[in-house]
Amino acid sequence: MDNPILDIRDLHVWYRTYGGYAKVLDGVNLFVHKGEKVGLVGEAGCGKTTTMRSVLRILPESQVHTPRGQILYHGQDILQMNQRELHHVRTGGVSMIFQEPAAALNPVFTVGTQITDVIKYSGLSKQEKQKDNIKNLAMQAISEVYIADPERIMNSYPNQLSGGMKQRICIAMAIVTARELLIADEPGTALDVTIQDQVHKLLRGLVEKKGMSLIMITHSLGVAREMTDRIYVMYAGNIVEVAKSGDLFRKPRHPYTLGLLESVPKLTGGGMAEGIYGQIPDYLRPPGGCRFHPRCPRAIARCQEEKPNLADLGDGHQVACFQV
Amino acid sequence: MTEPIMELKDLKRYFLVHKSGGKQVFVKAVDGVNLTINQGEVMGLVGESGSGKSTLAYAVMGMYKPTGGRIIFKNQDISVSSAKRSLSLKKDLQIVFQDPGSSLNPSQNIKQILELPLKVHGLAKKGDLDKKIIDLLQTVELSPNYMYKSPATMGGGERQMVSIARALATDPSFVILDEPTSALDVSIQAKIINMLLKLQQAKRLTYLFITHDLSLMRNIATRVAIMYLGKVCEMADTVQFFKNPMHPYTRMLLSSIPVVSEEEEALKPQKVVSTGEIPSPVDVPPGCSFHLRCPEKTGLCTKADPVMIEAASGHFVRCHAYAKM
Repeated sequence: MDNPILDIRDLHVWYRTYGGYAKVLDGVNLFVHKGEKVGLVGEAGCGKTTTMRSVLRILPESQVHTPRGQILYHGQDILQMNQRELHHVRTGGVSMIFQEPAAALNPVFTVGTQITDVIKYSGLSKQEKQKDNIKNLAMQAISEVYIADPERIMNSYPNQLSGGMKQRICIAMAIVTARELLIADEPGTALDVTIQDQVHKLLRGLVEKKGMSLIMITHSLGVAREMTDRIYVMYAGNIVEVAKSGDLFRKPRHPYTLGLLESVPKLTGGGMAEGIYGQIPDYLRPPGGCRFHPRCPRAIARCQEEKPNLADLGDGHQVACFQV
Repeated sequence: MTEPIMELKDLKRYFLVHKSGGKQVFVKAVDGVNLTINQGEVMGLVGESGSGKSTLAYAVMGMYKPTGGRIIFKNQDISVSSAKRSLSLKKDLQIVFQDPGSSLNPSQNIKQILELPLKVHGLAKKGDLDKKIIDLLQTVELSPNYMYKSPATMGGGERQMVSIARALATDPSFVILDEPTSALDVSIQAKIINMLLKLQQAKRLTYLFITHDLSLMRNIATRVAIMYLGKVCEMADTVQFFKNPMHPYTRMLLSSIPVVSEEEEALKPQKVVSTGEIPSPVDVPPGCSFHLRCPEKTGLCTKADPVMIEAASGHFVRCHAYAKM
């Protein structure tokens, strides 16, 4: 296989807080190949969004400390880039869709202004940035996300649109100029299930059509199953299991993945599982060894002392657990 | 078991929105709902946002006075506003809200939060208050040292447990659960749902469970009703409902659910492509309110609003496609 577009290596991200450093990311490894759709799954507060925001370096820089790790974008470390290079990545390489479409759009500018701004600051040539062309590109992007009457939408403000429409506009902004990688941070979570289904289908169709890579952040295993080729399961700042989507659901191995899968209410019925005991640890004082051991039903003495590394089970299936 | 505890008869709740032209325009948030909830049942009320689920719950609780129709609780008409309800009725009806972050007072500690209902209803003598609060915390599996914690220092799951304890403090017989777990992660959701079911058994409670999650209802509800734009469009026993979903909207909902296994995939109705969005309740389309999104609409659907019919035993559906048979 060719080199990955994005390769995150041993990433540690800490937040400065009043009580000390909150050690959120604890060695994340993740890579994405060209045209690949990757899912990042985990509960709220396990560091999914932190990981992806550090890729674009949009975390508040004064509060963030990165003691170790690399984020290689085509072999170049994003964490070491200067503003100019970073600008290049943000405007021409990677785009992101956020969870809350209402918060991602600026309420005081029209949708049209916001989309054309994306084109104006992109890496297109002067010629391509002529007024007519910009407008055409924007209209085209809006019709690509299946919104009828792009002309009217261009002149409306975000509060005149419904939640599903706003999210479509956010997708349009993310694909209006050519990008290699799209990071979608729970794009359907704030929407109703039928609208979510529409938005996900649209997103998948566009990513496939344009040959982009996708990183899909979600807390829902079902969404990850429908949207992605390969899934990373994350717990408390660690990747605990990686597998092809089909394999992960057929033979999950990590106790956390098993617990999550059991907790999902099934359409087949059969009552509810017990859930996973306990909650996400306090990042100011994370547990030693495997961070999952206080909640793990299969924990042994070794889990408290030593951190398990990802071990390969073949065919790209990796698990970080001593008991597997 | 089959004794009805709560009956809603043609319940309506409209909200006035002024519009230009001096004409009064109403949002018909709940528009003629008939629903019977039996003693000891878990009734699942499912719908998208804007379908009127919460308005219905608040009308039952007395937070809104119904515009029309009646609410009968234990053979007693309670379709009046909260101020006119008796204290013993309020004690019998309780609600758990969706977001425990905003339904618990952040400047009170857990003891103060749980104390209030006990004091209002005179359920504990002064000396017994602490003991009673510890009991309450234990029923929701929280340790007594939570008494002096503030909600802000607790996780979402624990906060929701406190909300549940607060609702159970008055020993109610009917509890409305308004999306109690939709703000929580699945592992915590499973824990809370299990606890709710245990409590239901132990205290012989009746639940009206409001949610947008159909797969959750499959596992815990005895009956399911689907709401769309202020009206119930399908209602049946859970097993029957999932075996044979009838209304096109139900089938669209079911086919939109992301699932985690192939067995579940097989249970979904044949892929109904979900289209369109829920229209604004100010401007409900004429005829069947769903016809704009319906893949099976006919000419009749744009003109006449279908009535609820019993298409199979205990399986009610409001759709013209079943009326002809």
